[in-house]
Amino acid sequence: MHRFANPTRFLRWARVLTPALTLAGLATTAVGLWLGLFASPPDYQQGESVRIMYVHVPAAWLASGGYFGMAVASAVALVWRHPLAAIAARAIAPVGALFTAICLVTGSLWGKPTWGTYWVWDARLTSMLVLLFLYLGYLGLAAAEDERHGGDPAQGRAAAILALVGVVNLPIIKFSVEWWNTLHQGPSITLTKSTIDPAMLRPLLISLAGFTLVFAGVVLMRMRAALARTRTAARGRRLAEAYA
Amino acid sequence: MTRRLRPKHQRLVLLAAALVALGGASALALTTLGDQATYFYAPSDVLAHAPEAGRAIRLGGLVERGSVEKAGTLTRFRVTDNAHEVAVAYTGIVPDLFREGQGVITEGRFAPGGVFVADTVLAKHDEKYMPPEVAGSLHKVGRVG
Repeated sequence: MHRFANPTRFLRWARVLTPALTLAGLATTAVGLWLGLFASPPDYQQGESVRIMYVHVPAAWLASGGYFGMAVASAVALVWRHPLAAIAARAIAPVGALFTAICLVTGSLWGKPTWGTYWVWDARLTSMLVLLFLYLGYLGLAAAEDERHGGDPAQGRAAAILALVGVVNLPIIKFSVEWWNTLHQGPSITLTKSTIDPAMLRPLLISLAGFTLVFAGVVLMRMRAALARTRTAARGRRLAEAYA
Repeated sequence: MTRRLRPKHQRLVLLAAALVALGGASALALTTLGDQATYFYAPSDVLAHAPEAGRAIRLGGLVERGSVEKAGTLTRFRVTDNAHEVAVAYTGIVPDLFREGQGVITEGRFAPGGVFVADTVLAKHDEKYMPPEVAGSLHKVGRVG
């Protein structure tokens, strides 16, 4: 594991992977959304409004998936003190928060024509809003502790602990629609079956793959930027010392 | 001579213990929370534990087939959970997806006569998505309600 976690080696891989993942992701997203928005059938109950699904569902999966990634990176940062892990967690946070916001906004816009309301405080909607607050809390706490540590994310612990505590919300989001009566419907896709017609499932999965690749590309881009900032700052300090 | 854990392993053990404790605490909290986090009651729930007279509750289930009667802006229907049903009266515009055999959540209170008078009606759809022509052929062979 340490072989891949070496920042220099990481940068060599990331330089190639960042544009590759981002471009492949944008192309795949374009295909998925075109199929979803224009070349797939309307729903037998909801009609055309079902097309919001092709944005809402990938955003929801990445909101939770991104948080899980951020928590794993935080655990690695806490236990193994690896500098890349803290940088990775901080790189994921704003992207995950953005996808959570996209999920909430598209869900709200989808709720009005189908359910008849933009928002209700049922367990699924509420736990998803809590996820957004966890992301925002993490971003605030990470910014505050990094400032105290001269911009070095590897020294802080508070944000990583917050990220790990927030993990309890992930199973609550997942199972909220099964544990309690909610306005939000139950899961359509499980490991063994899907209740989405293949004509709609295909564009959804393509869109999901595209969103995921873009997510990964943007996270790598942010990690490279963070490493570049650290190196520039270190070089600045060295020069300042040399001329002092 | 006791062998001391390396700091890395110490932190790993601490983290694992903290996560187990956190998981346990959350499981306890969720068990206690139980039905408090439920968004609505099914007809069987309200018939088994009648809410106090005049208290606002949410009642949800399926719109019973053949039960919908409209008179102007007044809509009367029955909500069923396939075990029990409750008669509901609502004045206002129902959502587009309000249909017989589909999910519905109503907010309101029981009138003295036992009719549930709703102030709000929301449509709840299920987890099935399909094109109309597929739904049409399924209806013919009777696989969908």
